[in-house]
Amino acid sequence: MFTQRKFYTPYVSPTDPCPPIRIKSYETPPQLYLGFQPPCLPQYATAKEALYRGTLWPALYSPYESPYKRGDTGE
Amino acid sequence: MWYYEKKLQYPVRVRECNPRLAKFLIEQYGGADGELAAALRYLNQRYSIPDKVIGLLTDIGTEEFAHLEMIATMVYKLTKDATPEQMKEAGLGAHYVNHDNALFYENASGTPWTASYIQAKGDPIADIYEDIAAEEKARATYQWIINMSDDPELNDGLKYLREREVVHSQRFREAAEILKEERGKKVYF
Ligand SMILES: [Fe+2]
Repeated sequence: MFTQRKFYTPYVSPTDPCPPIRIKSYETPPQLYLGFQPPCLPQYATAKEALYRGTLWPALYSPYESPYKRGDTGE
Repeated sequence: MWYYEKKLQYPVRVRECNPRLAKFLIEQYGGADGELAAALRYLNQRYSIPDKVIGLLTDIGTEEFAHLEMIATMVYKLTKDATPEQMKEAGLGAHYVNHDNALFYENASGTPWTASYIQAKGDPIADIYEDIAAEEKARATYQWIINMSDDPELNDGLKYLREREVVHSQRFREAAEILKEERGKKVYF
């Protein structure tokens, strides 16, 4: 299974004026990996949940939280 | 920084004085999907993208300037000795009034180049996909210009430039794959 967020370590100069963010991240949502959507993908159990998520299929669901809030960009 | 080599990336030959064709070609000089937009788009995106694809943006962005120079040479050759009367007949009367026979960063309908032609979204996936789209649009533009040109020597240069768009698109597609890769799965030395 793929991850929906990737991390990388940009170059940091010893003379950078702001305190460096050593690990940065970017989003890689599921549509990048699915290819042509296969038939009969599993669906959410209820219409209510599908409407709430914005998609019928968990395979296409992309949760998003600010990387600054989750604190998972730190070391 | 850059080193400059005082020659064109691929030889430019033009068979006849044809300002009408120059008016079409200027699209690839100062148009939305032209070489100036391409060079500036890629070189500017380098600062906010993962290290693994920075080098690619530098290389392709630099090559786009070499293409810009080829287009400039083509336009220059097509118009340099055109009289005001010929410019007017070619639909370049307004251009002549503003610029004489000078080149200008404008599209085929005379709209000046603008930075809003290019994007830097900061999201690596969005930026690389924009680059792939830009290469395909440039390839298409070259096709439509070739379709309207009956100058075989000029078309030879245009076909070379079209092929470079194909290669660039392939490289950006590879960059997208690199961005999609899981970290830690492969170790690079
Ligand atoms: Fe290109």
